[in-house]
Amino acid sequence: MLGLGVDRLQADINRLLTSLFHQGVLDEQFLQLQQLQDETSPTFVYDVINIYFDESEKLLRSLRLLLMDREFSDYKKIGLHLNQLVGSSSSIGARRVRNVCVAFRSASELNNRPGCLRGLEIVEHEYHYLKNMMHELFQLEQQRLLAAGVRYPM
Amino acid sequence: MGMAAAEWKFHVLAVDDSLVDRKLIERLLQKSSCQVTTVDSGYKALEFLGLRQGIESNDTTALSLSPQEANLIITDYCMPGMTGYDLLKKLKESSALKNIPVVIMSSENVPARISRCLEEGAEEFFLKPVRLADLNKLKPHMMKTKLKNQKLEEIETPSDDENGTVAAVEPEIKDSVEMEIIKMLPLQSETEPKRVLLQVVQQEEQMLSNNKRKSMEQGLSTDRPRPSLEGIATAV
Repeated sequence: MLGLGVDRLQADINRLLTSLFHQGVLDEQFLQLQQLQDETSPTFVYDVINIYFDESEKLLRSLRLLLMDREFSDYKKIGLHLNQLVGSSSSIGARRVRNVCVAFRSASELNNRPGCLRGLEIVEHEYHYLKNMMHELFQLEQQRLLAAGVRYPM
Repeated sequence: MGMAAAEWKFHVLAVDDSLVDRKLIERLLQKSSCQVTTVDSGYKALEFLGLRQGIESNDTTALSLSPQEANLIITDYCMPGMTGYDLLKKLKESSALKNIPVVIMSSENVPARISRCLEEGAEEFFLKPVRLADLNKLKPHMMKTKLKNQKLEEIETPSDDENGTVAAVEPEIKDSVEMEIIKMLPLQSETEPKRVLLQVVQQEEQMLSNNKRKSMEQGLSTDRPRPSLEGIATAV
């Protein structure tokens, strides 16, 4: 019974990942991250993704504050923040977030304020979708670890 | 000193302002059996290597009392304040540090940027995101340094059945190259197809020592076409 639990969870994990790849939410860089995880660094993916979440949320908050300011004009700063987001999203394989950040950046390069506001909305949406998916993935992996760990029932 | 060969690890100093990328490059390098130090700016990199701020890097007193050693420096290009290119220039201007190989990473594929870095003396240019397979390009550097260290060790502690002449050491190193290459094999990532590492690494090492070093010093290149430097307006 326990063995089946592990297999089912693994199947759920695989299904989720396959779906995310098909949707273009993740790309092969994410697989690279998984390959870097091993016994010497068993929580690598989890750690890096959490750093990514922290950094990204700071940047998104900053972007929102900048654009909400009625006297806003610092498009260069928006561009710098977006460079960081583009870079880190690309580094963890978050393809869709990266792409919408690039589109947002183009609007900022044209000093297009409504375009920037729309761009930010889209980035926030994609980012939160990714975050939810990652949380689901981590939960499944946690459950699978637990299921695999219970070998000898009391 | 007689440091045991098993203890020595190829030490890489990684420079990147992004924490995500620092974690990534650190893990990639560890997976390639390197010792890694990460810093978040060019200034911190120079500090680590012992160059005090505000002092001309050509000044022989510029090194602080306890410079830390790095066998290779890998740096991001786009960084606030001091870019990877600025850092590269400072390193090459320093008599103490100019021989440390430097690798530049960038998320943008800008040919002019790449040539500029290579011309300034960078050994390699990696496009981000950096992969494990990219780090295989560093193996010739790791081999060279390892052999150099071994050579130094053998000079310091000559074995009893030697004549005692330094010249006798060199043929021994040559024969042990094969041994060293075999020891290096585990560095390959599992996804890479097995190849004849022996020939490739020997060739690369040969090419590196013959062509690249000389041509770097002469400011020429033998392994890729470079644009003439005359009459170029440096808008970069």
